[in-house]
Amino acid sequence: MTDLSQTGAIAGAVVPPGPPRPGLRARRRRTLLLLRIVVLAVLGAFFLFPLLALLEFSTRGVGEDSPRTLDAWGRIVTDSTLIPAIVSSLQLAVITSVVAMVLMVPTMIWVRLRLPRVSRVVEFLCLLPLTIPAVVLVVGLVPIYAWVRYLTRTDSILTLSYAYVVLVLPFVYRSLDNGLSAIDVRTLAEAARSLGADWFTVITRVVIPNMAQAVLNAALLCVALVMGEFTIASLYNYVNLQVAIAQAGLADANMSMAVSLASLMFAFVLLLGLSFVGRWRRRHGKAAA
Amino acid sequence: MLPFFAYVGIFLIIPTLVVVIAAFLDGANRPTLANVSELAEPYIAKTFWNSIWVSAVSAVIGAVLGALLAYVVATGDPDGLVRTTVSSASGVLAQFGGVTLAFAFIASVGPAGLLTTWILGAEAAPTWLLSLKGLVLVYTYFQIPLMVLVFLPALDGIRPQWREATETLGGTAWDYWRHVAVPILTAPFLGALLLLFANAFSAYATAAALITQGAPIAPLQIRTAFSSEVLLGRENIGKALALGMVIVVAIVMTLNSMLQKRSSRWLR
Repeated sequence: MTDLSQTGAIAGAVVPPGPPRPGLRARRRRTLLLLRIVVLAVLGAFFLFPLLALLEFSTRGVGEDSPRTLDAWGRIVTDSTLIPAIVSSLQLAVITSVVAMVLMVPTMIWVRLRLPRVSRVVEFLCLLPLTIPAVVLVVGLVPIYAWVRYLTRTDSILTLSYAYVVLVLPFVYRSLDNGLSAIDVRTLAEAARSLGADWFTVITRVVIPNMAQAVLNAALLCVALVMGEFTIASLYNYVNLQVAIAQAGLADANMSMAVSLASLMFAFVLLLGLSFVGRWRRRHGKAAA
Repeated sequence: MLPFFAYVGIFLIIPTLVVVIAAFLDGANRPTLANVSELAEPYIAKTFWNSIWVSAVSAVIGAVLGALLAYVVATGDPDGLVRTTVSSASGVLAQFGGVTLAFAFIASVGPAGLLTTWILGAEAAPTWLLSLKGLVLVYTYFQIPLMVLVFLPALDGIRPQWREATETLGGTAWDYWRHVAVPILTAPFLGALLLLFANAFSAYATAAALITQGAPIAPLQIRTAFSSEVLLGRENIGKALALGMVIVVAIVMTLNSMLQKRSSRWLR
């Protein structure tokens, strides 16, 4: 990551000072500036307009020429199907991130420390869900879910988290892999081992605290992905947040627009926060080095 | 270690095998090619063709505009506001598919959308948003940010020394692009294009929320098969459709990883 931003710094200086042909340089620089402005303005409009339209739609009053109103936003809290769906989605998000972390963190540390031979297999398996469309997974999971329901004797929406853990695997893998690459796990572990720590202590008290940032990143990504999940829930007829939004769209368009925007803002804040924390850490780390 | 392999085996490998194997079984678990040959039926072949068309067009548009945006970002200040905003926003928007995206476009260019009412007045009710062209427009919204994420590292790998070397040897800007930058960037660009294609091809939620009736593209055809397969007594058509999708994505991703190997020769 640090390497990237450094090469970026060099690539940014495409036009070096003291050019041999000032006229040509200046013209090229002007063309580039014009290109920048046009591209950023056009694409900026393309990306912002739908969000503004959501806001506009959600504050429309009933009937023509009625004044702007926040009624639709108020109906979010009073709606009878929406609140349970939001609660379910939040529960799913927590369960999925906890299960994914418990499954992945020890595995990845262990692979790095003791079983580097299987690291390619683990990587392949973790990135596989990117290649298998979620809708395909839904079809294949039918018999598995029949067994799960039979064995656990429950039909709760929370069983969706089994599938969600698979869905978040690639993202968790990448985040944790970045975190592990940034620290010298082997030396840390050897130091702890020679001081008499057992493997459990090494993992929980030495390695994990050193990659807390990566674990947090991965967990927040899980939350964002689960809150936005629609495919699996809707095909298995469970009402999570996104399914509830889709259903509300048929009955109360304004409210569904309001929830859409709200859930979007939630994801925005979560993921933007993530990227800014990461950036701050990187710069902070560079300054300290 | 063991829990990981057990979990992935049960919830990822077995489902994949279920799709692959059951596509060749009939209702009584006897081997048959009927499901797979059903894929050649005109109405199913058409949905696959539509899917490929939507994915290809949205991938090309997303790749070109995304590459342009990435170029603008890469030539700017590496710690500047533009780069920070664009790369953070791309990270968010590339994940932003599904119901909320569908609604955002219904609110913009749907029958009662903001842009529609501005331009056409309230009485016009165009339905093109629900057509394949509409899908392409909506998909572009997450394809461009994905392209920025994937292509920006490749642009950052271009060294200014290469341009200086071209100029020292008397080359013009055209020579630089023609003989240095474009040949180096071709492989990562095509790789990103394939990734975008696979991304659009696998997308389900956006289309499902937008198109509630009918099934013009393959993922929605699976929805139809999935919700009605027991009734029709054609149990494994859905699995054959799923197998078809897996094969398309697998081919695309294999090509993508071949291109990635090639581009890693110059860009690290």
